[in-house]
Amino acid sequence: MIVFEKWKIALISIIVLASAVLASPNIIGGADDNADGPFGLSRINLGLDLQGGSYLLLKVELEEVIEERLSNSVEAIRSEMRGERIGVRNLNSDANSLSFDLRKPEDRPKAREILGQILGQDLTITDTDQGFAAAYSEAGLQEIGRMTVEQAIEIVRSRIDETGTKEPIIQRQGEDRILIQLPGVDNPEDVKRLLGKTARLGFQMVDITTTAIEAKASGRIPPGSEILEAADGSEQLYLVRKRVLISGDMLDDARPAFGQDNEPVVSFQLNSTGGARFGKITGQNIGRPFAIVLDGKVVSAPVIRAQIFSEGQISGNFSVEESNELALLLRAGALPAPLSVLEERSVGPGLGSDSIEAGKIASIIGLIAVVIFMVACYGKFGVIAVMALTINIVLIVAALSTLGATLTLPGIAGIVLTIGMAVDANVLIFERIREELNRGRKIVSSVNAGFKQATATIVDANLTTLAAAIFLYFLGSGPIKGFSVTLAIGVLTSMFTAVMITRMFVVLWLNRTRPKTLEI
Amino acid sequence: MLKLIPHQTNIPFLNFRKVTLVASLLLVLGSIGSWLTIGLNTGIDFRGGFLIEVRSNAGPADIPQLRDDLGALGLGDISLQEFGTETDVLIRVQSQNLGESEALSEADKAAVVLVKETIGDDYTIRRTEYVGAVVGGELREKATWAIIAALGAIMIYIWFRFEWPFAISAIVALSHDVISTVGLFSVTGFEFNLATVAALLTIAGYSINDTVVVFDRVRDNLHRYKSEEIPFILNKSLNETLRRTFMTSITTLLALGSIYLFGGAVLADFALAMIWGVIIGTYSSIFVAVGTLAWFDLHPKDDEDETPIPEYER
Repeated sequence: MIVFEKWKIALISIIVLASAVLASPNIIGGADDNADGPFGLSRINLGLDLQGGSYLLLKVELEEVIEERLSNSVEAIRSEMRGERIGVRNLNSDANSLSFDLRKPEDRPKAREILGQILGQDLTITDTDQGFAAAYSEAGLQEIGRMTVEQAIEIVRSRIDETGTKEPIIQRQGEDRILIQLPGVDNPEDVKRLLGKTARLGFQMVDITTTAIEAKASGRIPPGSEILEAADGSEQLYLVRKRVLISGDMLDDARPAFGQDNEPVVSFQLNSTGGARFGKITGQNIGRPFAIVLDGKVVSAPVIRAQIFSEGQISGNFSVEESNELALLLRAGALPAPLSVLEERSVGPGLGSDSIEAGKIASIIGLIAVVIFMVACYGKFGVIAVMALTINIVLIVAALSTLGATLTLPGIAGIVLTIGMAVDANVLIFERIREELNRGRKIVSSVNAGFKQATATIVDANLTTLAAAIFLYFLGSGPIKGFSVTLAIGVLTSMFTAVMITRMFVVLWLNRTRPKTLEI
Repeated sequence: MLKLIPHQTNIPFLNFRKVTLVASLLLVLGSIGSWLTIGLNTGIDFRGGFLIEVRSNAGPADIPQLRDDLGALGLGDISLQEFGTETDVLIRVQSQNLGESEALSEADKAAVVLVKETIGDDYTIRRTEYVGAVVGGELREKATWAIIAALGAIMIYIWFRFEWPFAISAIVALSHDVISTVGLFSVTGFEFNLATVAALLTIAGYSINDTVVVFDRVRDNLHRYKSEEIPFILNKSLNETLRRTFMTSITTLLALGSIYLFGGAVLADFALAMIWGVIIGTYSSIFVAVGTLAWFDLHPKDDEDETPIPEYER
C-alpha cells in the first residue's frame, strides 16, 4: 500500500475542477468568439492572426519636430535681435542645433541675455568665436520625445476611436514608436490614411501686395510671406502670410455639413479664445481673402464678407468622404509629429477562421494519434497517461483563459507540440518503474523508486525547454510571443500532471486492485 | 501490447562513433558551406518587403498569368508561390526603397495599391504583411541574440546541474542541431522567417530535453558502475533510455505530423522544420552528445562525490 495523502488528493481535485470551470467558457457556446463566457469568466483571447485584424508599428518622426522647433527659434531670434538693433549674420539651424554670428562683438552680453529668454531651458547655449551656438541637451531631447510621443498616442487614439474600431490596442513601444492593434480591421488602408496626416490647420491672411506667380517669377518673396500649393492638387499657388492667426487647437468642434450649393463642407466651431480673435480679424479685414491651410497646403482662400466670430465653414471641392475625414481629423486634433509605418500585418477574417478550423482539426487528430499509440504501447498505464494528458490540456486552456494570454496560430502549434511532449514525462516514469521491476523489486517499491528517480530527470529536462520558451518570449513579435507563452504554460502543466496527477492515478489504481504482477 | 522497441537492447552505439562523427562533421560543414554560398531564403521578416496572400474567387489560381501581370509592373523582385491549396497564392514583393528610408515610402504604398489593382476582383486578399528595412534588421538582430542567449542559458544550466564535460557535450549537440537545421533551410530554399527561428529554439529545447534524460542516466550509472569502462557505461545508459527516447520522438512526431498535414499552410513549414528537428535531435543526443562525452574522463574524482544510495534502493 502506497500512501498518497488525502489532502493531496483533495488539492489536486480542487485544482482540476477549478481549471475545468475556468476552461469551460471556451467550449460552452456563444457565437461571438471574443466575448466573455458565462458567469463573466474570460475566454482565451484570440490573436489578430486568428480573429482577423491589423497590426501597425508606427514611428513618430521626432527629428522633424526638433528641426521645426529649431527653425521657429531661428525666426524668433531674427525678429528679436532686429528689434534690439543687434546685427546678426549666418543665422541658421540644422538637424539638432542652431548658430549665428554677431556683426559687432560688443553686442555679445546683450545678445546672450535675449538668447537665454528665447531658448529657455531645453537648449544649451555655447559661445563661438564670432557668436553663439545652441543645441538640445540629451535630457531636453528626451523630454521633447516623451511629450511628443505621448501626445501623438492621444491623437492616434482619438482618431481611431472616431472610426468606430472596437477594442483597439494602442501602446508606446521603445523610444519613438507606437504599436496599434485593430481587431477586425483587415484592410488598414483607411486607418493608415487617417494617421498619415498630421492635420495641422491654420488660418493665415493672403498677402495681397503682390501675386504668388509674380513673387515666384521675380524670386522676391515679401519677408514674412510664403508660397503655398493648393491642397486639391491643382496648379494654383498662393502667397500667404506666415503668421498663423487661428490654429487647429482653437477648434471646439468640426462636423461634416453641406454648403449653400449643397456641396460638402466642414462646419467648425471655435472656442472662446479663437472666436474672439477670429471676430477681431474678420472685422478688420472685410473684403480681403484669408487662406485655410492644412498641413502646409491651402484648402481654400475665401474672401471675408462679414465679421465672423465662432462659427464658420471650410469648403474646398470636397467629396462627402473627404469632408467626413477632414471633420474627423480636425475634431481629433493635429499630430505633434508625422507618423510613418515601419511594420504592418493584417489578416482577413476568412484566413483567421480557416486557421482556427485547421488548428482544431490538427489538435484533435494529433491527440487521437497520441492516445492510440500510448494505449497500444502501455495498456492500462497508457490509459492513465491519456487521462493525465486530457487534464493537462484542460489546465493549459484554463491557464491561457485566466492569464489573459493571447492564442495565436503558432500558439496552437505550441499546444499540439505539448500534447506530443507531455507524454514524455509519463514515458520516463513508466520506463523507470519497468526497469525497477526487472531488477526484481516489488511492485510498490518499483513504483515509488520509478517516480522518485524520474522526477529529477523530468524537472531537469523541462526547465531547459522552459529556458528556450522564455528567450522566445523576449524575441517575441506577436504570434511568436503567443507560441512561447503556450509552450511555457504547456511545460509547466505537463510537469505538474506527470509528477502529481499520473502518480495519483497510479497509486489509487494500485491500492484498489492490488495486482500481483505489473505489466508495463 | 505493442512493442516497437524491445525492452532490453544492447546496441553498441559507441562503436559507430567514428562513422557518425564523420557524418555529423559533414552535415555541419555542409550546412555552413551551403549557408555561406547559397545563403538563406530570408522572408520579409528579416529582409523587409511585402507579402500578400490571395485566394482565387473562381477555381484554381492562374499563377503564370498573375506572374506576367505583376511582372509587367516593374516592381523588381516579385515571387509567387502556391500556398497550401491551388486556389491560394502567396505574393512577395521587395521593398521599393530598400536602404534609403526605414519606413513605408510613397513608392511602397503605390506598389501595394498597384499590386492590389492588378490582382483585381478575381482574387480576395486574405493577408498582407509589410516589414520595413529597419524593423527587418532589428528582427534579424533580435533573432540572432535569442538563439545565442538560449544556447548560452541552456549550457549554463547543464553546467550547473552536471559537470562541465556534460555542458560542453550538450552545447556541441545543440549547435549541431541548430546549424544543420539552418543548413536544411539553405539547401531546400524554404523561407527562413520568424517562425523558423521559433522552430529553431523549440528544436533546441526538445533536443536538450532528450540529451538531459540520457545524461541523467549516465551520471547515475557512473556512480552505480564505478569500475566499468566509460564506453560501457555510456552504451548502457543509451540502451536503458533508448525506449523512452523513441517513444517520445514518436508521440511528438505524431503531433507534428498532424500539424503538418492538417494545420494549414502557415504552420506547415514550421511543422516541417520541427519534424526535422526532432529527428536530428534524437540522433544527436545519442551520437553527438554522448559521442562527445566519450572523449572526456568522466569517472568521479574521489569518493566524496558519491551520492549515498537512497533508502529505497537498499
